[in-house]
Amino acid sequence: MPVRNRAFAVAALLIAAAAAQPTLAAESGGAKVADYKLDNGLELVVIPDHRTPVVTHMIWYKVGSADETPGKSGLAHFLEHLMFKGTAKNPAGLFSQVVARIGGHENAFTSTDYTAYFQRVPRDDLKQVMGFEADRMTGLQLTDAVVLPEREVILEEQNQRVGNNPRARLGEQIDAALFLNHPYGRPVIGWRHEMEGLTRDDAIGFYRRFYGPNNAVVVIAGDVEPAAALKLAEETYGKVARRNGIPPRARPQEPPPVAVRSLTLADPRVEMPMMQRAYLVPSFRTAKPGQSEALEVLAHILGSGSNSRLYRTLVVDKNVAVSAGAWYDSTAFDMSKFGVYGVPGPNTTLPEFEAATDAVIADLVAKGVTPEELERAKTKLIADAVYAHDNQATMARWYGSALTTGWTVEDVQRWPDRIRKVTAAEVQDAARHWLDKRRSVTGFLIKDKRPQAEKRS
Amino acid sequence: MSRLVAPIALIALVFFAVAPAASAMQIEKIVSPSGIHAWLVREHATPLVALNYAFHGGSSQDAPDKSGTANLVADTLDEGAGDLDSKAYHERLENHAIELGFNVGRDYFRGTLRTLNEHREEAFDLLRLALTKPRFDAEAIERVRGQELASLRRETTNPNDLAYRSWWATAFPNHPYGRETKGTLETVPNITVADMRDYVRRVFARNELTISIVGDIDAKAAGELIDRAFGSLPAKNDLKPVPQVSARGIGRRIVINVDVPQAVVTFGGNGIERNDPDFMAAYIVNHILGGGSFSSRLYREVREKRGLAYGVSDSLVWFRRAAVVLGGTATRADRTADALAIIESETKRMAEEGPTADELAAAKSYLKGSYALSLDSSAKIAGQLTQIQLDKLGIDYIQRRGAMIDAVTVADAKRVAKRLYGGGMLVTVAGRPKGLASSDKAD
Repeated sequence: MPVRNRAFAVAALLIAAAAAQPTLAAESGGAKVADYKLDNGLELVVIPDHRTPVVTHMIWYKVGSADETPGKSGLAHFLEHLMFKGTAKNPAGLFSQVVARIGGHENAFTSTDYTAYFQRVPRDDLKQVMGFEADRMTGLQLTDAVVLPEREVILEEQNQRVGNNPRARLGEQIDAALFLNHPYGRPVIGWRHEMEGLTRDDAIGFYRRFYGPNNAVVVIAGDVEPAAALKLAEETYGKVARRNGIPPRARPQEPPPVAVRSLTLADPRVEMPMMQRAYLVPSFRTAKPGQSEALEVLAHILGSGSNSRLYRTLVVDKNVAVSAGAWYDSTAFDMSKFGVYGVPGPNTTLPEFEAATDAVIADLVAKGVTPEELERAKTKLIADAVYAHDNQATMARWYGSALTTGWTVEDVQRWPDRIRKVTAAEVQDAARHWLDKRRSVTGFLIKDKRPQAEKRS
Repeated sequence: MSRLVAPIALIALVFFAVAPAASAMQIEKIVSPSGIHAWLVREHATPLVALNYAFHGGSSQDAPDKSGTANLVADTLDEGAGDLDSKAYHERLENHAIELGFNVGRDYFRGTLRTLNEHREEAFDLLRLALTKPRFDAEAIERVRGQELASLRRETTNPNDLAYRSWWATAFPNHPYGRETKGTLETVPNITVADMRDYVRRVFARNELTISIVGDIDAKAAGELIDRAFGSLPAKNDLKPVPQVSARGIGRRIVINVDVPQAVVTFGGNGIERNDPDFMAAYIVNHILGGGSFSSRLYREVREKRGLAYGVSDSLVWFRRAAVVLGGTATRADRTADALAIIESETKRMAEEGPTADELAAAKSYLKGSYALSLDSSAKIAGQLTQIQLDKLGIDYIQRRGAMIDAVTVADAKRVAKRLYGGGMLVTVAGRPKGLASSDKAD
């Protein structure tokens, strides 16, 4: 599933831009973040944190489900699973056994725009996991004996995440309706009928097309010095040849949205009806300067926590909802989403809930936000960045998701400064411009009361 | 998306590995001016303070017809206190980016607080207000109760909740451990403000209060903060005793019919108490059978070889008056019986043969090494210190843990494997598993 970075996870750092030299940024009393580029095109970001003798090592490939060929939905994620099946040099399971033996943790995840693998290991084992990861960057070997059972695993994963979960099913339908032309409309996990047909050759073909040092960012956070990490990277990843012919990320783009869309999903398991809405809005990469930050502050004021407009109006004051909120995701390579959601109270219908939600948004558009709301939102968002510094894995994840969706290290580091500069007028403008229902799809989840057939697939 | 998910997200207490990084980490025992004890780790790298604390007496203090009382208290405690109504209280928190959390398990009421150093006095003042002068305004209680009931209503068709609740209810009938901390659709409406105030009066006290603080703060300042938040609580709690109990229904299989494409399975039996001399051996053996890494026997047999599930695992879970070993998986309806047969045969094989020497060595190596990883943030360290205190493992546990793991022999592991897995399992399944029906050869 797409990883949503709700808390933008970096504190303000000053940056000394330099070309061939690593970019080093000194933070008040804290870590320096270094950014290197190897000769083969691999980007390396190092975030030192010396509090415990462990490191989080992540490799982020700039490829996700939006890069799949139509008809092969789920392939990016399927390949993520298959990356654990061994290489010419290291047989299946060896990498995981080594990680387990040193007490490390490992996992991987796939989004629309990136596929990432990570290990969290004791400091002294960093080089070893970098070696394994560099090896499987180009050395993957697959046979049907391992591919076919794993295809069953991803089908079970689809059941677990989506089939068994009505809210997730609604989310899939909204995305499919929101993106008229862009592959973001396809689920990351895939459509079942296409997942069932994915083959070994599909996976290897996708791998050879997209996996290589020049399409990857390595992020290392933890107890390591940048210079030492660079040396290790040169000794491992540095030996991997550049991959030629990686296609540019030119996905079909969205036409201007013109129609108010709504859909209803009926599922027999629904006990609490709900509404989810997504608006098509810019990501950080596709926004004009300041727009993305204004959307971030808007999402906070409108729908994050007990002080937000939606919660306070709909849940507390009017008592028409059990929950209500909003969110915004700035880390998408192409256009992104701004979400609004809620569960109506027992005496409120979904249309009544929607009307009440629209009234809250209309009020914000008409009257703007108060200075207190603006200040509170900025304080919280910037404090979240400070709190993020307390966890090396959070930091690594934030840099990785940003750098694979069009940010630079400097963009990440200056995020709190940009949030600080957002004005009340910009927030109001963002609401007026982007929270236009013609840009949105509203999904309603209701109980299916028809008699059910005995069998479901 | 993650390659592995824990199929059971609701386990009350799993064993956390604690860091040996810890050798670098100094834990100080401190005593506040008013005499409250706490553990402190000074951490200068980030300008924040993380607090973690626990009172004895969680949902096991709830009356059976009012189960969910402690949970309703936890959910309502930040809805206004003293002169501050809900709105004013939430604004004060967010204006200073102070994070307060309350949650309830069967044995403990736990709390967390995270604040920037510059706002720490304000943070601990707000905590004191919540603990000593909660308003419990009718509007707030009804709003929160409505949210809880909505969530409970959703759970009535969620296979994970159905399988899980059924397991606990069957294993611990007529005992507080058999009741979910959240209560039920029947009991939550019964809870009155008097019940909530009674819970607060009986549970929030200075004796049996466990506190851990991690942050950029010295012992003197930490002691003053502790008194600021907890100093005015009553000296002594007033808890109802909870009887010792063991899991029932071993050997039974319960199938709950719900129309979902994938059946959800909860399985388990009696475990081993935290203070049992065999605990560490049991912990290692469980890791080998179904622990959280990609190398467990269950993971290999159910997922890797056969593709029957996305996740499968089991864990040791312990309470003050019971201990269980509990696992779960989710599989397609037409292969649920196969998956369950494999889980049962692997469990039986572990009971009869125990682990191999190689498996034992690999597991020890993992469990020692992974220790550091779970202590990588102030909040996690504070939580772990509280757990070590509650489990009475001693302030030097972090140093001793490696040697305790190393001391487990193959013979120990085999003996404990039989003890842990030789007794059979209670299995609950929610879904439409093909060819699998309830069966009743209970103990």
